[in-house]
Amino acid sequence: MEDGKMVEPQKVDAPVRPDIDLAKLPNATIGDIYVENPRMTARQVRVNYGDKTAIEDVSLDIGGSEVISFIGPSGCGKSTFLRCLNRMNDTIKTCKVSGDIRLNGGDIYAPDVDVVPLRARVGMVFQKPNPFPKSIFDNVAYGPKIHGLADNTGHLKQIVQEALERAGLWSEVHNRLDDPGTGLSGGQQQRLCIARAIAVSPEIILMDEPCSALDPIATARIEQLIHELSSEYSIVIVTHSLQQAARVSKRTAYFHLGRLVEVGLTDKLFMKPQHEMTNNYITGRFG
Amino acid sequence: MIDTPKGLVSPTTATERVAASMAKRKKSERNFQLLGRSAIAVALTFLVVLFFSIFSKGLPGFFQYYVEIEVEIDREKLDPTGDLSLQSLYDGDARGVIRSALYAAVDAEGRKNKRAAGKLISAGAEQRLRELVYDDPSLMDTTQTLRFALDDDVDSFLRGFIKRETPEKDRRISDKMVEYIDRLQSDGKIVYAFSDYLIFGSASRNPEMAGIYGAFIGSILTLSVCLVLAFPIGVATAIYLEEIAPKNRITEIIEININNLAAVPSVVFGILGLAVFIGIFGMPRSIPLIGGVVLALMTLPTIIISSRAAIRAVPPSVREAALGVGASQVQTIFHHVIPLAMPGMLTGTIIGMAQALGETAPLLMIGMVAFIVDVPGGVTDPGTVLPVQIFMWADFAERMFVQKTSAAIIVLLAFLITMNAAAIIVRKKLERRW
Amino acid sequence: MSDLHIVSQFQRELDAIKAKIIKMGGLVEASIVGASASLYNRDAELAEQVRAADAAIDVLEQQINDEAARVIALRSPNAEDLRLLLTVIKVSGNLERIADYSKNIAKRTRVLLELRSIEGSPAALRRMAREVELMLGDALNAYVQQDQALALAVIERDEAVDQIYNTLFREFLTFMMEDPRNITACMHLHFIAKNIERMGDHVTSIAEQVVFYASGEKPTDERTKADITSSDATLSGMNPTRSIGAE
Repeated sequence: MEDGKMVEPQKVDAPVRPDIDLAKLPNATIGDIYVENPRMTARQVRVNYGDKTAIEDVSLDIGGSEVISFIGPSGCGKSTFLRCLNRMNDTIKTCKVSGDIRLNGGDIYAPDVDVVPLRARVGMVFQKPNPFPKSIFDNVAYGPKIHGLADNTGHLKQIVQEALERAGLWSEVHNRLDDPGTGLSGGQQQRLCIARAIAVSPEIILMDEPCSALDPIATARIEQLIHELSSEYSIVIVTHSLQQAARVSKRTAYFHLGRLVEVGLTDKLFMKPQHEMTNNYITGRFG
Repeated sequence: MIDTPKGLVSPTTATERVAASMAKRKKSERNFQLLGRSAIAVALTFLVVLFFSIFSKGLPGFFQYYVEIEVEIDREKLDPTGDLSLQSLYDGDARGVIRSALYAAVDAEGRKNKRAAGKLISAGAEQRLRELVYDDPSLMDTTQTLRFALDDDVDSFLRGFIKRETPEKDRRISDKMVEYIDRLQSDGKIVYAFSDYLIFGSASRNPEMAGIYGAFIGSILTLSVCLVLAFPIGVATAIYLEEIAPKNRITEIIEININNLAAVPSVVFGILGLAVFIGIFGMPRSIPLIGGVVLALMTLPTIIISSRAAIRAVPPSVREAALGVGASQVQTIFHHVIPLAMPGMLTGTIIGMAQALGETAPLLMIGMVAFIVDVPGGVTDPGTVLPVQIFMWADFAERMFVQKTSAAIIVLLAFLITMNAAAIIVRKKLERRW
Repeated sequence: MSDLHIVSQFQRELDAIKAKIIKMGGLVEASIVGASASLYNRDAELAEQVRAADAAIDVLEQQINDEAARVIALRSPNAEDLRLLLTVIKVSGNLERIADYSKNIAKRTRVLLELRSIEGSPAALRRMAREVELMLGDALNAYVQQDQALALAVIERDEAVDQIYNTLFREFLTFMMEDPRNITACMHLHFIAKNIERMGDHVTSIAEQVVFYASGEKPTDERTKADITSSDATLSGMNPTRSIGAE
């Protein structure tokens, strides 16, 4: 393993050959798209950047208290689909999202929906840790403050403490809450970002390759944290590391060229994938 | 013919060739460094010469010659009505009081001699006496040793610019005056001291009384107006263009125009101010308000462009983090983007201000070249600014103005350096790591 | 295989393991053939060769295990690669046991050569060994080609082997009862027959691994075990309550 980064031993950028691959895509997603009592549902989602289609006809359920991982080669649309779930794609001007995405039954793309409270209910953790250039306390307190979640200052302090505890960071920072958030190590910063997301009491936490900038120990701590958090939150994690998806998630969804090829229980999918393309991807073969 | 190899060379060949090329590369490297160093040396030389010439000419401008004489502060003469009112003081004969003291100091007898003696002292001496007595009436009916400025010709003579050897008919100072000057000097009554006139005096045709105070206040007022207008508008425009405006043709056109405005000669803004504010709106000329508006128009493009660059430099990850936690666009801008962009915005603003401080042409167009004696009390009082004052003084013939002009330039430079230092301090304080 | 691993070193490692298992299979087949021939032809030298050749087979099993473990540790294989490596460990174990039985046959053959010969049984044993040898060949082909159908067919053929064993069991009992001087030889021959029957079971186990490798599922049907000698007390044809010799 190289220092500082977890190296996927078998995975090299698979050259995507759209002409060959398109022919092999299944007509419909293979596997269990639906779950009972889903928290979020997506039906026939399509995303275009200008005239380029990034995601085509993706339907998927996200269940409560589950960890589901999105895997697939670069450019397959997994991050794009992730960002549809909390409407972060709104910030990109050329992006058009169509289809039906619901959170607890409510359409999140309805014209009267305000994205601000949506993003409090569907939190996000990014690839490179991006704490605010403020103190550790202010980082975590910012969300509750702007959403008016705390009754008073004391309550706010409690929220911050609990969020940091759940993120496994409290013991390391409780005596230096006024230090700048950017002064922490990479792994700590990412946990701070997770605490920041937790502080606004979301139902779902979206994670876009949260460990790709971290060393193996920090990665392991975050994976442990994901496991602990999964009892309360639904977690959707996009990852380039097959082994991470295998370790961390209960369900795995394989994307390719903008389509959802296969979804299934992680242990089944990694032992016996049903579609040839899934098999080729997870064993590291040319498609 | 040497066979040129195709494609990558072997490491051994590469090592050889790299070593062989080193001599030539090192030589061009050395030449470049030499060029750079000599350029720096030339620049430093020029800098030294510049500062030397400014300071050598300017420092003496901070000083002028005074005479200290015993004055009988005669109440009756100074304050005829006895109520110490300004009117009374002006009606009184302060000049006479001073003249008597002067005649006594040089033993002047006869009208001609007395006239010569009278020419020694500055015309502003009597005002000085009036102010003195007005501020401190207890001085009445006492005899005090007071210090008065000498006339600018005497000052020039004492500095050596008017030469003793020149024949009297070509000299601005008569022989009798020279005799009196020598007398006063041998009595130790002539003093070379820090010129309070320079700093606290206002515009005057008499060089010994001329000062920059009025222009200084005028500059401050004008710059204040400029800052109050340009900073908020410039920053808000930058925020709008960067964060909120949709990327379409109209926005593009606005951007192009702003960039072009930055290159427009400043005189044009003066003409604009003249035509619009003074011509159409009929506002008075030469007031800091108009000057400030004109300078604001001129500085806006600078502030907008540098603010936009500062906003663009804020990494998108900060924005994404804020949006991801549920901040609205406005909250993202004001809580996250602006604090991080602030150092850059402030730096751009202060650079713009420093530029505005030194602007002369547009202010000339709106008439701030007028001869204003009084210190402007507010933005609607007529005034002038430092660079214009310097410009005017450079025109005047009297020798003493040369020194004062250079001294004023030093003051202006000090102002500029202070502003830039403030920029650096502010930027350092506000810099945050992200 | 039309699809190759992007990391060619990984591909080579897997191919090397497959080559080793094929080689091992070949050696084991040769061992069976040799043991059977040495018994039928009463060839002591051949028997000794078979016994000596077992060492190389043990070495191959160890090598295959080591390399499989290494690839699992370093390459984090998934899906079919993982199934290949898991099954290859078991298959090599099965092959090693088959070879051990073969060696045992060869050793007993040497002893038998000093005893009186028994009519008939060597032929039957030769037939049995031949069947097992063919089954093994097919099972290994099925493994390499991931041929589930072939593997299932192999599993079915084990029944025939078991039947031959049942027949031989009764035969030896008869011989031993006829003439007690036959007992020693018949005991050895019986052990040889049992070894061959066990070989058949191991080949069946290999075939089961093939199904898992190809499909990711274990074969659901229970193997029909036709060997009834361990469960049927009446196999000798004699009433167990009657005393011996009271015919």
